[in-house]
Amino acid sequence: MPHFTKPPEGSWTEHYGLGTGPISYEDSISPDHYELERDAIFRRTWLNVGRVEQLPRKGSYFTRELDAARTSVVVVRDSDDEVRAFYNICRHRGNKLVWNDYPGEETSGVCRQFTCKYHGWRYGLDGELTFVQQEPEFFELDKSDYGLVPVRAEVWEGFVFVNLDADAVPLREFLGEFGEGLAGYPFQEMTQVHRYRAEVRSNWKLFIDAFAEFYHAPVLHAKQSVSDESRKLQEYGFEALAYQIDGPHGMVSSWGGMAPPKDLNMVKPIERVLRSGLFGPWDPPDVGIDELPPALNPARNPAWGLDSFLFFPNFMLLVWKPNWYLTYHYWPTSYHTHIFEGTVYFVPPRNARERIAQELAVVTFKEYALQDGNTLEATQAMLESRVVTEFPLNDQEVLLRHLHKVARSYVEDFLKQRPASPVPVHAVS
Amino acid sequence: MPVLPAEFADLEPFADWAIPTERARYAKRLSSTMEQLQTFYDAAFARLESGASYLERFEMGNLPEDAKHLLWLFCSLVTVSFPVEVWHQPRVPDSGASAFDAVVEPAT
Repeated sequence: MPHFTKPPEGSWTEHYGLGTGPISYEDSISPDHYELERDAIFRRTWLNVGRVEQLPRKGSYFTRELDAARTSVVVVRDSDDEVRAFYNICRHRGNKLVWNDYPGEETSGVCRQFTCKYHGWRYGLDGELTFVQQEPEFFELDKSDYGLVPVRAEVWEGFVFVNLDADAVPLREFLGEFGEGLAGYPFQEMTQVHRYRAEVRSNWKLFIDAFAEFYHAPVLHAKQSVSDESRKLQEYGFEALAYQIDGPHGMVSSWGGMAPPKDLNMVKPIERVLRSGLFGPWDPPDVGIDELPPALNPARNPAWGLDSFLFFPNFMLLVWKPNWYLTYHYWPTSYHTHIFEGTVYFVPPRNARERIAQELAVVTFKEYALQDGNTLEATQAMLESRVVTEFPLNDQEVLLRHLHKVARSYVEDFLKQRPASPVPVHAVS
Repeated sequence: MPVLPAEFADLEPFADWAIPTERARYAKRLSSTMEQLQTFYDAAFARLESGASYLERFEMGNLPEDAKHLLWLFCSLVTVSFPVEVWHQPRVPDSGASAFDAVVEPAT
Protein backbone atom coordinates (compact mmCIF):
# COMPACT_ATOMS: atom_id res chain seq x y z
CA MET A 1 0.00 0.00 0.00
CA PRO A 2 1.73 3.24 -1.06
CA HIS A 3 2.02 6.01 1.53
CA PHE A 4 1.95 8.68 -1.15
CA THR A 5 -0.39 8.91 -4.13
CA LYS A 6 0.84 7.49 -7.41
CA PRO A 7 -0.48 8.39 -10.88
CA PRO A 8 -3.70 6.69 -12.11
CA GLU A 9 -1.70 4.15 -14.16
CA GLY A 10 -0.58 2.68 -10.82
CA SER A 11 3.09 3.57 -11.17
CA TRP A 12 5.33 6.47 -12.11
CA THR A 13 7.17 4.26 -14.58
CA GLU A 14 4.03 3.39 -16.55
CA HIS A 15 2.74 6.95 -16.24
CA TYR A 16 5.81 8.17 -18.11
CA GLY A 17 5.67 5.29 -20.61
CA LEU A 18 9.14 4.02 -19.89
CA GLY A 19 8.43 0.28 -20.01
CA THR A 20 8.71 -1.99 -17.02
CA GLY A 21 11.10 -4.68 -18.25
CA PRO A 22 14.63 -5.24 -16.97
CA ILE A 23 17.30 -2.91 -18.42
CA SER A 24 20.78 -3.39 -19.79
CA TYR A 25 23.76 -1.51 -18.45
CA GLU A 26 25.83 -2.07 -21.58
CA ASP A 27 25.73 1.72 -22.07
CA SER A 28 27.82 2.07 -18.91
CA ILE A 29 30.46 -0.56 -19.60
CA SER A 30 31.20 -0.21 -23.30
CA PRO A 31 34.21 1.93 -24.30
CA ASP A 32 32.79 2.28 -27.84
CA HIS A 33 29.47 3.53 -26.55
CA TYR A 34 31.24 6.09 -24.39
CA GLU A 35 33.15 7.43 -27.42
CA LEU A 36 29.79 8.00 -29.11
CA GLU A 37 28.34 9.68 -26.01
CA ARG A 38 31.17 12.22 -26.07
CA ASP A 39 30.05 13.55 -29.44
CA ALA A 40 26.36 12.79 -29.20
CA ILE A 41 25.81 14.17 -25.70
CA PHE A 42 28.69 16.22 -24.33
CA ARG A 43 29.36 18.18 -27.51
CA ARG A 44 25.66 18.88 -28.11
CA THR A 45 23.98 19.74 -24.82
CA TRP A 46 24.11 22.68 -22.44
CA LEU A 47 26.70 21.97 -19.75
CA ASN A 48 26.67 23.88 -16.48
CA VAL A 49 30.23 25.04 -15.85
CA GLY A 50 29.74 27.29 -12.84
CA ARG A 51 27.96 30.23 -11.22
CA VAL A 52 28.13 33.96 -11.88
CA GLU A 53 29.55 34.45 -8.36
CA GLN A 54 32.75 32.85 -9.72
CA LEU A 55 32.98 35.84 -12.07
CA PRO A 56 32.58 38.70 -9.58
CA ARG A 57 34.03 41.51 -11.74
CA LYS A 58 35.11 42.53 -15.19
CA GLY A 59 38.01 40.34 -16.23
CA SER A 60 37.16 37.52 -13.80
CA TYR A 61 37.63 34.18 -15.54
CA PHE A 62 37.81 30.45 -14.94
CA THR A 63 38.72 27.51 -17.14
CA ARG A 64 36.85 24.24 -17.45
CA GLU A 65 38.38 21.01 -18.65
CA LEU A 66 35.64 19.25 -20.62
CA ASP A 67 37.41 15.97 -21.23
CA ALA A 68 34.22 14.23 -22.35
CA ALA A 69 33.66 16.97 -24.94
CA ARG A 70 37.32 16.75 -25.97
CA THR A 71 38.12 20.36 -25.13
CA SER A 72 38.89 23.07 -22.59
CA VAL A 73 37.00 26.36 -22.34
CA VAL A 74 37.70 29.67 -20.68
CA VAL A 75 34.71 31.55 -19.26
CA VAL A 76 35.07 35.28 -18.61
CA ARG A 77 33.12 38.37 -17.62
CA ASP A 78 33.99 40.92 -20.28
CA SER A 79 34.22 44.71 -19.99
CA ASP A 80 30.49 45.05 -20.76
CA ASP A 81 29.68 42.62 -17.91
CA GLU A 82 28.65 39.95 -20.39
CA VAL A 83 29.58 36.35 -19.63
CA ARG A 84 31.42 34.90 -22.59
CA ALA A 85 33.20 31.62 -23.30
CA PHE A 86 35.97 30.68 -25.68
CA TYR A 87 37.79 27.55 -26.63
CA ASN A 88 40.97 27.65 -24.56
CA ILE A 89 43.33 27.64 -27.53
CA CYS A 90 45.75 30.24 -28.90
CA ARG A 91 45.19 30.99 -32.59
CA HIS A 92 48.91 31.06 -33.34
CA ARG A 93 50.08 27.48 -32.92
CA GLY A 94 47.43 25.87 -30.77
CA ASN A 95 48.89 26.21 -27.29
CA LYS A 96 46.38 26.04 -24.47
CA LEU A 97 45.86 29.71 -23.72
CA VAL A 98 44.97 29.86 -20.00
CA TRP A 99 46.55 27.46 -17.50
CA ASN A 100 48.96 27.44 -14.57
CA ASP A 101 51.75 24.96 -13.86
CA TYR A 102 49.78 21.90 -15.02
CA PRO A 103 48.12 22.15 -18.43
CA GLY A 104 45.38 19.69 -17.43
CA GLU A 105 44.29 21.53 -14.29
CA GLU A 106 41.58 24.14 -14.09
CA THR A 107 42.43 27.66 -13.01
CA SER A 108 40.74 30.99 -12.30
CA GLY A 109 41.64 34.61 -11.71
CA VAL A 110 41.20 38.17 -12.92
CA CYS A 111 42.95 39.73 -15.90
CA ARG A 112 42.67 42.61 -18.37
CA GLN A 113 43.61 40.42 -21.32
CA PHE A 114 44.69 36.85 -22.01
CA THR A 115 48.35 36.39 -22.91
CA CYS A 116 49.64 33.17 -24.39
CA LYS A 117 52.63 31.78 -22.50
CA TYR A 118 54.25 30.56 -25.69
CA HIS A 119 54.80 33.58 -27.96
CA GLY A 120 53.00 36.32 -26.09
CA TRP A 121 49.95 36.75 -28.33
CA ARG A 122 47.30 38.74 -26.47
CA TYR A 123 43.52 38.66 -26.63
CA GLY A 124 40.97 41.06 -25.20
CA LEU A 125 38.18 39.90 -22.88
CA ASP A 126 35.93 39.94 -25.96
CA GLY A 127 38.24 37.45 -27.66
CA GLU A 128 39.78 39.91 -30.17
CA LEU A 129 43.44 39.36 -30.98
CA THR A 130 45.09 42.60 -29.82
CA PHE A 131 48.82 41.94 -29.97
CA VAL A 132 51.11 39.76 -32.02
CA GLN A 133 54.77 39.50 -31.06
CA GLN A 134 56.97 40.66 -33.99
CA GLU A 135 53.90 41.18 -36.10
CA PRO A 136 55.84 42.36 -39.25
CA GLU A 137 57.45 38.89 -39.44
CA PHE A 138 54.07 37.41 -40.41
CA PHE A 139 52.64 37.39 -43.91
CA GLU A 140 49.57 39.54 -44.47
CA LEU A 141 48.25 38.66 -41.04
CA ASP A 142 44.97 40.41 -40.31
CA LYS A 143 44.47 40.29 -36.54
CA SER A 144 40.70 40.50 -36.94
CA ASP A 145 40.82 37.03 -38.53
CA TYR A 146 42.49 35.48 -35.49
CA GLY A 147 40.30 36.17 -32.50
CA LEU A 148 39.57 33.43 -29.97
CA VAL A 149 37.03 30.87 -31.13
CA PRO A 150 33.78 31.58 -29.25
CA VAL A 151 31.73 28.96 -27.45
CA ARG A 152 28.05 29.62 -26.78
CA ALA A 153 27.57 30.71 -23.17
CA GLU A 154 24.24 31.55 -21.55
CA VAL A 155 23.19 32.21 -17.97
CA TRP A 156 20.07 30.92 -16.21
CA GLU A 157 19.38 32.08 -12.63
CA GLY A 158 23.09 32.75 -12.13
CA PHE A 159 24.18 29.33 -13.47
CA VAL A 160 26.60 29.62 -16.39
CA PHE A 161 26.21 27.06 -19.17
CA VAL A 162 28.19 26.44 -22.34
CA ASN A 163 27.25 24.50 -25.45
CA LEU A 164 29.69 23.42 -28.16
CA ASP A 165 26.90 22.95 -30.66
CA ALA A 166 26.24 26.13 -32.66
CA ASP A 167 22.82 24.76 -33.70
CA ALA A 168 21.54 23.90 -30.22
CA VAL A 169 18.29 25.45 -28.96
CA PRO A 170 18.69 28.39 -26.54
CA LEU A 171 19.48 27.45 -22.93
CA ARG A 172 16.09 28.40 -21.48
CA GLU A 173 14.28 26.32 -24.06
CA PHE A 174 16.58 23.39 -23.28
CA LEU A 175 15.97 23.67 -19.52
CA GLY A 176 12.23 23.50 -20.19
CA GLU A 177 9.55 23.46 -17.51
CA PHE A 178 11.91 22.84 -14.61
CA GLY A 179 14.08 25.78 -15.59
CA GLU A 180 11.04 28.00 -15.89
CA GLY A 181 9.46 26.70 -12.69
CA LEU A 182 12.60 27.27 -10.61
CA ALA A 183 13.09 30.86 -11.76
CA GLY A 184 13.00 33.30 -8.88
CA TYR A 185 14.46 30.94 -6.29
CA PRO A 186 16.98 33.06 -4.32
CA PHE A 187 20.11 31.22 -5.48
CA GLN A 188 21.95 34.56 -5.40
CA GLU A 189 21.55 34.78 -1.60
CA MET A 190 23.37 31.47 -1.10
CA THR A 191 26.97 32.39 -1.64
CA GLN A 192 28.71 30.45 1.17
CA VAL A 193 30.33 27.67 -0.87
CA HIS A 194 31.84 24.32 0.11
CA ARG A 195 32.97 22.24 -2.87
CA TYR A 196 34.18 18.63 -2.84
CA ARG A 197 35.75 16.71 -5.65
CA ALA A 198 36.32 13.00 -6.12
CA GLU A 199 37.69 10.79 -8.82
CA VAL A 200 35.17 7.99 -9.06
CA ARG A 201 35.87 4.68 -10.74
CA SER A 202 32.54 4.23 -12.45
CA ASN A 203 30.68 5.34 -15.53
CA TRP A 204 29.19 8.82 -15.04
CA LYS A 205 25.62 7.58 -15.33
CA LEU A 206 26.05 5.12 -12.47
CA PHE A 207 26.71 7.89 -9.96
CA ILE A 208 23.74 9.83 -11.28
CA ASP A 209 21.72 6.64 -10.76
CA ALA A 210 22.91 6.53 -7.16
CA PHE A 211 21.65 10.06 -6.50
CA ALA A 212 18.51 9.76 -8.63
CA GLU A 213 16.92 7.20 -6.32
CA PHE A 214 16.57 7.22 -2.54
CA TYR A 215 15.52 3.54 -2.44
CA HIS A 216 19.10 2.83 -1.27
CA ALA A 217 19.11 5.34 1.55
CA PRO A 218 17.54 3.33 4.39
CA VAL A 219 19.91 0.41 3.66
CA LEU A 220 23.27 1.75 2.51
CA HIS A 221 23.17 4.63 4.99
CA ALA A 222 21.53 2.63 7.80
CA LYS A 223 24.33 3.26 10.26
CA GLN A 224 24.09 7.02 9.88
CA SER A 225 20.92 7.10 11.94
CA VAL A 226 20.62 6.06 15.57
CA SER A 227 19.64 2.39 15.61
CA ASP A 228 15.91 2.65 16.45
CA GLU A 229 15.49 5.24 13.77
CA SER A 230 17.48 3.15 11.32
CA ARG A 231 15.24 0.12 11.92
CA LYS A 232 12.13 2.22 11.40
CA LEU A 233 13.50 3.68 8.16
CA GLN A 234 14.29 0.24 6.78
CA GLU A 235 10.84 -1.14 7.57
CA TYR A 236 9.25 1.90 6.01
CA GLY A 237 11.50 1.93 2.94
CA PHE A 238 11.51 4.94 0.65
CA GLU A 239 8.72 6.44 -1.38
CA ALA A 240 8.98 9.76 -3.16
CA LEU A 241 6.27 12.40 -2.98
CA ALA A 242 6.44 12.80 -6.75
CA TYR A 243 8.52 12.16 -9.85
CA GLN A 244 8.38 14.43 -12.87
CA ILE A 245 9.91 14.13 -16.30
CA ASP A 246 10.23 16.91 -18.86
CA GLY A 247 12.07 16.11 -22.07
CA PRO A 248 15.55 14.79 -21.18
CA HIS A 249 15.30 16.11 -17.60
CA GLY A 250 13.80 14.54 -14.49
CA MET A 251 13.11 15.33 -10.86
CA VAL A 252 12.25 13.58 -7.61
CA SER A 253 10.46 15.26 -4.75
CA SER A 254 11.04 13.84 -1.29
CA TRP A 255 9.73 14.20 2.23
CA GLY A 256 12.23 15.30 4.84
CA GLY A 257 11.08 15.19 8.39
CA MET A 258 14.54 15.60 9.89
CA ALA A 259 15.04 19.36 9.93
CA PRO A 260 14.02 19.49 12.72
CA PRO A 261 13.06 15.88 13.57
CA LYS A 262 9.74 15.18 15.29
CA ASP A 263 11.56 13.42 18.10
CA LEU A 264 15.05 14.55 19.14
CA ASN A 265 15.95 10.96 20.05
CA MET A 266 15.83 10.14 16.35
CA VAL A 267 19.06 12.02 15.68
CA LYS A 268 22.66 11.87 16.79
CA PRO A 269 23.84 13.77 19.89
CA ILE A 270 25.80 16.42 17.98
CA GLU A 271 22.79 17.14 15.78
CA ARG A 272 20.66 17.84 18.86
CA VAL A 273 23.11 20.45 20.12
CA LEU A 274 23.92 22.09 16.79
CA ARG A 275 20.38 21.78 15.38
CA SER A 276 21.65 20.60 12.00
CA GLY A 277 22.23 17.44 10.00
CA LEU A 278 21.82 15.85 6.58
CA PHE A 279 18.78 17.97 5.75
CA GLY A 280 20.65 21.13 6.67
CA PRO A 281 20.54 23.54 9.61
CA TRP A 282 17.10 23.30 11.24
CA ASP A 283 16.65 27.05 11.64
CA PRO A 284 16.38 28.33 8.08
CA PRO A 285 17.81 31.75 7.23
CA ASP A 286 15.53 34.44 5.84
CA VAL A 287 15.86 34.52 2.07
CA GLY A 288 13.18 37.10 1.41
CA ILE A 289 10.58 34.96 -0.35
CA ASP A 290 7.07 34.16 0.84
CA GLU A 291 6.33 31.43 -1.61
CA LEU A 292 8.42 28.77 -3.31
CA PRO A 293 8.64 28.89 -7.11
CA PRO A 294 6.12 26.47 -8.70
CA ALA A 295 8.62 23.74 -9.66
CA LEU A 296 9.40 23.05 -5.99
CA ASN A 297 7.30 20.63 -3.94
CA PRO A 298 5.08 19.80 -6.94
CA ALA A 299 2.87 17.53 -4.82
CA ARG A 300 2.28 20.48 -2.42
CA ASN A 301 2.89 18.07 0.43
CA PRO A 302 3.46 19.60 3.88
CA ALA A 303 6.02 16.85 4.63
CA TRP A 304 8.19 18.12 1.76
CA GLY A 305 11.95 18.15 2.44
CA LEU A 306 13.86 18.43 -0.83
CA ASP A 307 13.64 18.28 -4.59
CA SER A 308 16.38 16.87 -6.77
CA PHE A 309 16.45 17.95 -10.42
CA LEU A 310 18.61 16.25 -13.03
CA PHE A 311 19.25 18.58 -15.93
CA PHE A 312 20.52 16.27 -18.63
CA PRO A 313 23.20 15.25 -19.02
CA ASN A 314 25.27 15.82 -15.89
CA PHE A 315 23.96 18.65 -13.68
CA MET A 316 21.95 17.83 -10.60
CA LEU A 317 20.39 20.56 -8.48
CA LEU A 318 18.99 19.76 -5.02
CA VAL A 319 16.90 22.37 -3.27
CA TRP A 320 16.35 21.73 0.46
CA LYS A 321 13.47 23.05 2.50
CA PRO A 322 15.65 24.94 5.04
CA ASN A 323 16.82 27.40 2.35
CA TRP A 324 20.01 25.94 0.96
CA TYR A 325 20.96 24.03 -2.15
CA LEU A 326 23.45 21.52 -3.47
CA THR A 327 24.78 20.84 -6.95
CA TYR A 328 26.31 17.66 -8.31
CA HIS A 329 28.31 17.48 -11.52
CA TYR A 330 29.57 14.30 -13.14
CA TRP A 331 32.41 14.88 -15.62
CA PRO A 332 33.34 11.70 -17.52
CA THR A 333 37.02 10.99 -18.09
CA SER A 334 36.59 7.52 -19.64
CA TYR A 335 33.85 4.92 -19.96
CA HIS A 336 34.51 3.78 -16.40
CA THR A 337 35.85 6.85 -14.62
CA HIS A 338 34.56 10.33 -13.92
CA ILE A 339 35.16 13.33 -11.73
CA PHE A 340 32.39 14.06 -9.30
CA GLU A 341 31.88 17.53 -7.86
CA GLY A 342 29.48 18.18 -5.00
CA THR A 343 28.95 21.81 -4.02
CA VAL A 344 26.98 23.04 -1.04
CA TYR A 345 25.55 26.59 -1.09
CA PHE A 346 24.33 28.29 2.09
CA VAL A 347 23.28 31.79 2.98
CA PRO A 348 26.47 33.15 4.62
CA PRO A 349 26.32 32.42 8.37
CA ARG A 350 25.46 35.44 10.51
CA ASN A 351 27.66 34.27 13.34
CA ALA A 352 30.17 31.57 14.25
CA ARG A 353 27.53 29.29 15.76
CA GLU A 354 25.71 29.14 12.44
CA ARG A 355 29.04 28.39 10.79
CA ILE A 356 29.40 25.19 12.88
CA ALA A 357 25.81 24.16 12.13
CA GLN A 358 26.61 24.50 8.41
CA GLU A 359 29.83 22.53 8.89
CA LEU A 360 27.79 19.65 10.34
CA ALA A 361 25.47 19.61 7.31
CA VAL A 362 28.43 19.69 4.90
CA VAL A 363 30.40 16.98 6.66
CA THR A 364 27.29 14.77 6.88
CA PHE A 365 26.86 15.14 3.13
CA LYS A 366 30.52 14.15 2.68
CA GLU A 367 30.17 11.02 4.84
CA TYR A 368 27.16 9.91 2.81
CA ALA A 369 28.90 10.61 -0.50
CA LEU A 370 31.93 8.56 0.56
CA GLN A 371 29.65 5.58 1.11
CA ASP A 372 27.92 6.13 -2.22
CA GLY A 373 31.15 6.58 -4.19
CA ASN A 374 32.79 3.40 -3.10
CA THR A 375 29.71 1.30 -3.79
CA LEU A 376 29.97 2.44 -7.39
CA GLU A 377 33.45 1.09 -7.94
CA ALA A 378 32.11 -2.28 -6.83
CA THR A 379 29.10 -1.98 -9.15
CA GLN A 380 31.17 -0.96 -12.18
CA ALA A 381 33.58 -3.86 -11.76
CA MET A 382 30.81 -6.45 -11.57
CA LEU A 383 28.77 -4.96 -14.43
CA GLU A 384 31.90 -5.22 -16.56
CA SER A 385 32.08 -8.96 -15.81
CA ARG A 386 28.85 -9.26 -17.88
CA VAL A 387 27.84 -12.28 -15.80
CA VAL A 388 24.42 -10.66 -15.56
CA THR A 389 23.24 -8.41 -18.36
CA GLU A 390 19.70 -7.40 -17.45
CA PHE A 391 18.57 -5.76 -14.26
CA PRO A 392 15.09 -5.13 -12.82
CA LEU A 393 14.33 -1.55 -11.79
CA ASN A 394 11.50 -0.68 -9.42
CA ASP A 395 9.13 2.26 -9.55
CA GLN A 396 11.31 4.34 -7.19
CA GLU A 397 14.08 3.95 -9.79
CA VAL A 398 12.05 5.55 -12.56
CA LEU A 399 14.56 8.36 -13.11
CA LEU A 400 17.34 5.81 -13.78
CA ARG A 401 15.24 4.15 -16.43
CA HIS A 402 14.62 7.56 -17.96
CA LEU A 403 18.26 8.73 -17.83
CA HIS A 404 19.63 5.65 -19.60
CA LYS A 405 16.86 5.79 -22.17
CA VAL A 406 17.55 9.46 -22.93
CA ALA A 407 21.32 8.93 -23.08
CA ARG A 408 20.86 6.02 -25.49
CA SER A 409 18.45 8.01 -27.65
CA TYR A 410 20.98 10.86 -28.01
CA VAL A 411 23.51 8.33 -29.30
CA GLU A 412 20.96 6.73 -31.65
CA ASP A 413 19.94 10.11 -33.07
CA PHE A 414 23.58 11.06 -33.53
CA LEU A 415 24.30 7.84 -35.42
CA LYS A 416 21.32 8.45 -37.67
CA GLN A 417 22.42 12.00 -38.47
CA ARG A 418 26.09 11.52 -39.09
CA PRO A 419 27.34 10.37 -42.49
CA ALA A 420 28.01 6.64 -42.61
CA SER A 421 31.68 6.08 -41.94
CA PRO A 422 33.60 3.00 -40.90
CA VAL A 423 35.97 5.02 -38.69
CA PRO A 424 35.15 7.12 -35.63
CA VAL A 425 34.54 10.73 -36.69
CA HIS A 426 37.49 12.10 -34.77
CA ALA A 427 40.04 9.45 -35.65
CA VAL A 428 40.99 11.15 -38.90
CA SER A 429 40.35 14.82 -38.22
CA MET B 1 50.78 30.36 24.62
CA PRO B 2 47.07 29.62 24.97
CA VAL B 3 45.16 29.89 21.68
CA LEU B 4 41.58 29.53 22.95
CA PRO B 5 39.43 32.06 24.85
CA ALA B 6 40.15 31.99 28.61
CA GLU B 7 36.66 30.55 29.34
CA PHE B 8 37.70 27.45 27.39
CA ALA B 9 41.13 26.94 28.97
CA ASP B 10 40.11 23.35 29.82
CA LEU B 11 40.19 22.57 26.06
CA GLU B 12 43.73 23.93 25.66
CA PRO B 13 45.24 20.37 25.74
CA PHE B 14 43.25 19.75 22.53
CA ALA B 15 44.41 22.93 20.78
CA ASP B 16 46.03 20.76 18.09
CA TRP B 17 42.46 20.13 16.87
CA ALA B 18 41.97 23.85 16.14
CA ILE B 19 42.62 23.27 12.43
CA PRO B 20 41.47 25.81 9.83
CA THR B 21 40.49 23.50 6.95
CA GLU B 22 38.14 20.53 6.65
CA ARG B 23 40.65 18.65 4.57
CA ALA B 24 43.27 18.84 7.33
CA ARG B 25 40.70 18.07 10.05
CA TYR B 26 39.69 14.94 8.17
CA ALA B 27 43.34 13.91 7.69
CA LYS B 28 43.93 14.21 11.44
CA ARG B 29 40.84 12.09 12.10
CA LEU B 30 42.14 9.35 9.79
CA SER B 31 45.58 9.36 11.44
CA SER B 32 44.16 9.14 14.98
CA THR B 33 43.21 6.07 17.00
CA MET B 34 39.64 5.59 18.22
CA GLU B 35 40.91 6.16 21.76
CA GLN B 36 42.33 9.56 20.79
CA LEU B 37 39.14 10.49 18.95
CA GLN B 38 36.98 9.44 21.90
CA THR B 39 39.09 11.45 24.37
CA PHE B 40 38.85 14.59 22.25
CA TYR B 41 35.14 14.04 21.61
CA ASP B 42 34.35 13.60 25.31
CA ALA B 43 36.17 16.76 26.30
CA ALA B 44 34.89 18.93 23.44
CA PHE B 45 31.31 17.64 23.35
CA ALA B 46 30.90 18.53 27.02
CA ARG B 47 31.69 22.16 26.10
CA LEU B 48 29.81 22.30 22.80
CA GLU B 49 26.65 23.95 24.10
CA SER B 50 28.51 26.68 25.97
CA GLY B 51 31.01 27.01 23.12
CA ALA B 52 28.28 27.43 20.52
CA SER B 53 26.59 30.07 22.69
CA TYR B 54 29.92 31.87 23.08
CA LEU B 55 30.50 31.82 19.30
CA GLU B 56 26.99 33.06 18.58
CA ARG B 57 28.13 36.51 19.78
CA PHE B 58 30.62 36.90 16.93
CA GLU B 59 29.90 37.88 13.37
CA MET B 60 31.91 35.81 10.92
CA GLY B 61 33.82 38.71 9.41
CA ASN B 62 34.85 39.94 12.81
CA LEU B 63 36.17 36.94 14.73
CA PRO B 64 39.00 37.47 17.25
CA GLU B 65 41.87 34.99 16.84
CA ASP B 66 40.96 33.00 19.98
CA ALA B 67 37.32 32.66 18.90
CA LYS B 68 38.51 31.56 15.45
CA HIS B 69 40.51 28.77 17.09
CA LEU B 70 37.51 27.75 19.15
CA LEU B 71 35.38 27.64 15.99
CA TRP B 72 37.95 25.43 14.27
CA LEU B 73 38.13 23.14 17.30
CA PHE B 74 34.36 22.63 17.21
CA CYS B 75 34.51 22.06 13.46
CA SER B 76 36.95 19.26 14.31
CA LEU B 77 34.43 17.95 16.82
CA VAL B 78 31.94 17.75 13.95
CA THR B 79 34.47 15.75 11.91
CA VAL B 80 35.21 13.45 14.84
CA SER B 81 31.55 12.97 15.81
CA PHE B 82 31.04 10.50 12.95
CA PRO B 83 33.62 7.92 14.04
CA VAL B 84 32.58 8.30 17.68
CA GLU B 85 28.79 8.50 17.39
CA VAL B 86 28.25 6.32 14.33
CA TRP B 87 31.08 4.35 12.75
CA HIS B 88 33.18 3.14 15.70
CA GLN B 89 36.21 3.48 13.44
CA PRO B 90 38.03 6.52 11.98
CA ARG B 91 37.14 5.79 8.33
CA VAL B 92 33.69 5.70 6.81
CA PRO B 93 32.95 1.93 6.58
CA ASP B 94 33.22 0.42 3.10
CA SER B 95 34.73 3.63 1.78
CA GLY B 96 37.90 1.75 0.82
CA ALA B 97 40.41 3.97 -0.90
CA SER B 98 37.85 6.54 -2.03
CA ALA B 99 38.58 10.15 -1.23
CA PHE B 100 36.30 13.12 -1.33
CA ASP B 101 38.39 16.22 -1.02
CA ALA B 102 37.35 19.74 -0.16
CA VAL B 103 38.52 22.00 -3.00
CA VAL B 104 36.61 25.15 -2.02
CA GLU B 105 35.93 26.11 1.59
CA PRO B 106 34.87 29.34 3.27
CA ALA B 107 37.81 31.44 4.42
CA THR B 108 37.04 30.75 8.09
